[in-house]
Amino acid sequence: MITVLLVALGAAVGAPLRYLTDRAVQARHDSVFPWGTFTVNVCGSLVLGFLTALPTSPAATALLGTGFCGALTTYSTFSYETLRLAQQGARFYALANVIASLVAGLGAAAIGLLLAQAIK
Amino acid sequence: MTEQDAAPVDPDVDLHVPSMRKELHAPVLAAISAGGVLGALARYALARAWPHPPHGFPWSTFVINVTGCFLIGVLMVIVTEVVTHKPLLRPFLGVGVLGGYTTFSTYVVDIQRAAAEGAPLVALTYLTLTVVAALLAVYLGTVLTRAAVHR
Repeated sequence: MITVLLVALGAAVGAPLRYLTDRAVQARHDSVFPWGTFTVNVCGSLVLGFLTALPTSPAATALLGTGFCGALTTYSTFSYETLRLAQQGARFYALANVIASLVAGLGAAAIGLLLAQAIK
Repeated sequence: MTEQDAAPVDPDVDLHVPSMRKELHAPVLAAISAGGVLGALARYALARAWPHPPHGFPWSTFVINVTGCFLIGVLMVIVTEVVTHKPLLRPFLGVGVLGGYTTFSTYVVDIQRAAAEGAPLVALTYLTLTVVAALLAVYLGTVLTRAAVHR
């Protein structure tokens, strides 16, 4: 039961933080490239990569991993943006969004893992 | 401008869309937070009910992400073309529930875990299959919903 509450608590913070970060990033550029979503997905991947490589307790995993990182990052927004870019004729941006998000997300998770191993 | 052009690129928040630029209020943030909790709990329940070994295909996250993508397609057609005067609907269901339900971080970490556990084929299959299925799902979500509501 406590685990469920921790997941809920992490998500209650993670979801609005995605929205606020997205807004803050968009306010600083005018490109159609979805840098806001890209940023939260890469940051969330870094944090989760870091957490999974540490000997964290089930409570910390529920709060920070499942709840916070899970709600901070999003696949639905990422794929909807890719579709919209393609529909608007920005095919290069659509393809770039997929490739850049995957490469940067995987890279960030790998760096998170290295950081965890370095401090362990 | 057609309805399709008026739709945002970023369904969470697109500052090119005037109504989204102005929506930074406490009720919107509360709706996102509450929706995020519901979405994350649904993801947690599904992941608990359908676990996978580190070297196995993460079916639960795959299904979560693909169904979430289909639903964002459905929702965005509804909020941009049908129910356009409910300002909390997209923040609650789209940014909150579906954003909290789907996950990019778990997807990425599971790919690396499968690779590290000596299952590179599972990692690569999961990587590509999710992208392809998610894009197909979001496309189908919009097309089927548009066909249904404009009949």
